[in-house]
Amino acid sequence: MRVLMFGWEFPPHITGGLGTACFGLTKGLVKHGVEIIFVVPKAFGDETKEGFRLLNASDVKLDFRNRQSQEFWEKIQYMEIGSNLVPYVDPEEFETYVTKTKLSEKQIGESVFSKQYSFSGKYGPNLMEEVSRYALVASAIASEQSFDVIHAHDWLTYPAGIAAKEISGKPLVVHVHATEYDRSGENVNKNVFDIEQKGMATADLVITVSNLTRQIVIEKYGINPDKVITVHNAVEPVERPELEGVQKHVREKIVTFLGRVTYQKGPDYFVEAAYKVLQRDPNVRFVMAGSGDLLTRMIRRVAQLKIATKFHFTGFLTGSEVDMMFAMSDVYVMPSVSEPFGISPLEAMRSNVPVVISKQSGVAEVLKHALKVDFWDVDALADAIYGILHYDGLRKMFVRHGKTEVDNLKWENAALNIIEVYNKAVYK
Amino acid sequence: MRSICLYFQVHQPFRLRTYRFFNIGQDHNYYDDYQNRHIIKRVAEKSYLPANQLMLELIREYGKGFRISYSISGTALDQLQIHVPEVITSFQQLANTGQVEFLSETYSHSLASLGNQEEFARQVLLHRNKVEELFGQKPVTFRNTELIYSDQIGSQVADLGFHTMLTEGAKHILGWKSPNYMYCNQINPKLKVLLRNFRLSDDLTFRFSNRDWSEWPLTAEKFVKWLNTIDKQEEVVNLFLDYETLGEHQWKETGIFDFFKHLPNAVFSKSKFGFSTPENLYQDLQPVAAISVPHAISWADEERDLTAWLGNELQDEAFAKLYSCQQKMKNCSDPDLLRDWLYLQTSNHFYYMCTKWFSAGEVHKYFNPYGSPYEAFINYMNVLSDFIIRIEEGNDKVIPTNKKSTAVKKAKSNHGPEIKKSDPSEKFKGTYRKLNFDDIIRLSDTKVKAIIRDVPVETLVYAVHGAGEEVAFKVEKNLGVRALRQYKELIKKLKKLKPSEVTKNRRQIIQELNKNNK
Repeated sequence: MRVLMFGWEFPPHITGGLGTACFGLTKGLVKHGVEIIFVVPKAFGDETKEGFRLLNASDVKLDFRNRQSQEFWEKIQYMEIGSNLVPYVDPEEFETYVTKTKLSEKQIGESVFSKQYSFSGKYGPNLMEEVSRYALVASAIASEQSFDVIHAHDWLTYPAGIAAKEISGKPLVVHVHATEYDRSGENVNKNVFDIEQKGMATADLVITVSNLTRQIVIEKYGINPDKVITVHNAVEPVERPELEGVQKHVREKIVTFLGRVTYQKGPDYFVEAAYKVLQRDPNVRFVMAGSGDLLTRMIRRVAQLKIATKFHFTGFLTGSEVDMMFAMSDVYVMPSVSEPFGISPLEAMRSNVPVVISKQSGVAEVLKHALKVDFWDVDALADAIYGILHYDGLRKMFVRHGKTEVDNLKWENAALNIIEVYNKAVYK
Repeated sequence: MRSICLYFQVHQPFRLRTYRFFNIGQDHNYYDDYQNRHIIKRVAEKSYLPANQLMLELIREYGKGFRISYSISGTALDQLQIHVPEVITSFQQLANTGQVEFLSETYSHSLASLGNQEEFARQVLLHRNKVEELFGQKPVTFRNTELIYSDQIGSQVADLGFHTMLTEGAKHILGWKSPNYMYCNQINPKLKVLLRNFRLSDDLTFRFSNRDWSEWPLTAEKFVKWLNTIDKQEEVVNLFLDYETLGEHQWKETGIFDFFKHLPNAVFSKSKFGFSTPENLYQDLQPVAAISVPHAISWADEERDLTAWLGNELQDEAFAKLYSCQQKMKNCSDPDLLRDWLYLQTSNHFYYMCTKWFSAGEVHKYFNPYGSPYEAFINYMNVLSDFIIRIEEGNDKVIPTNKKSTAVKKAKSNHGPEIKKSDPSEKFKGTYRKLNFDDIIRLSDTKVKAIIRDVPVETLVYAVHGAGEEVAFKVEKNLGVRALRQYKELIKKLKKLKPSEVTKNRRQIIQELNKNNK
């Protein structure tokens, strides 16, 4: 089996979960003997390449006297301008993006049709331009390479996937890691929605990262349920011995929220639950790590509830700080309103931290050794936190089983399910 | 005559309502009244009432030849009395026929046999009295919760005055032996032991309606044919079933009632078997051997062990905490506390915390009202925490002052800071809530500083002795540099203190506390 795979980012140059997931998945597939040509908009040269080829779209030269290219360009012109389609971007950066200029149609056309295009590979203001150009390059790659199936990750690469399918006639599998509904709630960006829908509709099969996402794909995008298959994400096992000596410097137990402080992540429920717990037990500290558009509102609410001496904001944390935060935590809480999958509880469990997660997250479908509550049920959330802090049997149970459970969520196993999807697409 | 011993277990627990931690200390109503009422009414209607009616008709039809036995848990009896007393009446009618034996068990279908011998004996006595009061028979046969049995438990049951006990004919204790004989206890051979024939019993409880089962449909005639294939030497076939098998686990539509309706006729006309109660068997049969059960068994799951109720961290913590109350409950006379003490011991609460069903056991899932064992555990522990607070408060009321400080100290070391306790030696003054020693942690640092400034360091050291970590931290943090040094040195030198000294010094601080709080 040979797969032409389109991604947008690849470790170490990642801004969010997508790159990490693609990397793990690719490694898992390679273990089972699948050959992969992985195309990214821009390769930096320092990416890990374990058994697969990484193609740099920036290196591909296009010949526009080629009629095919011209024709194809006409087809993909619909996805032109979008100002604030910036998935997985830190909200502070996002702020600066939206204030930047919109592109004119003419500019896109000109730059896209230059002979060689230098992708930034970022989620910048030229995102739509890059997506279009990426699709064009994809058609060129597809006509040169030989492969059995095309696999495209998230909407940024769907046009590329569609292009490759049209040129090669090979089956297309699109992989939905998140939908526009997860990113923007009900205020969806119509352009992105259209691209997503076109991608899913054109695809032979659609992979979703959870049943929750599968439901959205079926209901909101109107995709035939028969061709939507859930393959849950996994995690790469890592050992971090350097963290064992980490100590916290307060006596109280620490309860942590870590993630973007946006509506989707449910930070307000965390604050309300913290208040309830602190009413009963003052010997707890709550930490909200991350930033986002709701941050100031959360700070105001914490002040209003008069719990600011026990509730702390760290702002955005980077890689090693995140690990430190986990190492210091006694409970990790993810009260997401909507979460296609949600990898962070798995990282917490790997550090032996018990987790409370919302039932509205994809990861809740695969975890047994976690407390699950409805995101809106603040009482249940507070009760779960209190339970872990006070009843030692729970902590012991989680420590004993949690890490094992996470370590068993291997990409190797998820890859088997993906291969099954490939087979279904190829031999249907 | 060879015998069929038909025995039915009737049990319903008092299920707990969703009880959050903020209810602790405020709300002492633990039970989900709506659900409990709903379930007992449904089961009575679908199972108990029609099944009792059928049994009564069979006894009338076949006279002395048809005998059966029941064990009804105290929690089931209590709920039936409240919500569907007509079920009690129909059981009484069965009792009046003289052909029905009522067995004894622990009142609340508890795991007391594994937790505390004294409490076990108390519950058995309670249940025996209840059965005698309702059905006019003094039970002589014992059936422990979920057929839990070991040599040790059997011997204790014999000491309590029972002559026969039922348990599971588990493969691993029988080996090549057959369950179809009378056995006796290993330690005390006077106690006769009847073993459940799990293959034939489970054909009825689990497989009866399973259409994938090669023997489906199972008729009374076919069942009797199987009985006839049993070796002629073997004396008794023990069919021990959940009574809910009739009509609840196996719906009426599966034909389960028809099966029992036709069973006696098929047995009498096509076999040499008859029906006996455990007491009949006690009279008729001699034990063929002692059965050795060093480690407790039960009738649950493939393993026939205790892991459905005990063994994981959640269950073990809850169990240990529950039975740590026994000493205090021994002298308790508060009827509400006594009732909750019984109902909280019901084995079902521990069953809900079982993590085995993560891997297997659809049965577990079916009976579990909680989303996960973790939720079950948290809910139970919240309730238990409130219950423990009530015991502490109750105990403070009854224990004379000279013993009080020891009791308080013990309570503290056992249960940490969540225990609120009142100090009966000082009366309420005014309407404000009087602060106790532990309230120090709730005060602002400024206030604490003000209070301890006026108290000699020595007094502080004495008072803090044995107090929770939080209290100590709060005090230490608010001491001045010099005072803190002095304080630490004193602590180092401190030897064992008399509880009265601790109380005396605490009282001084409590006074300061309340002076400051006015």
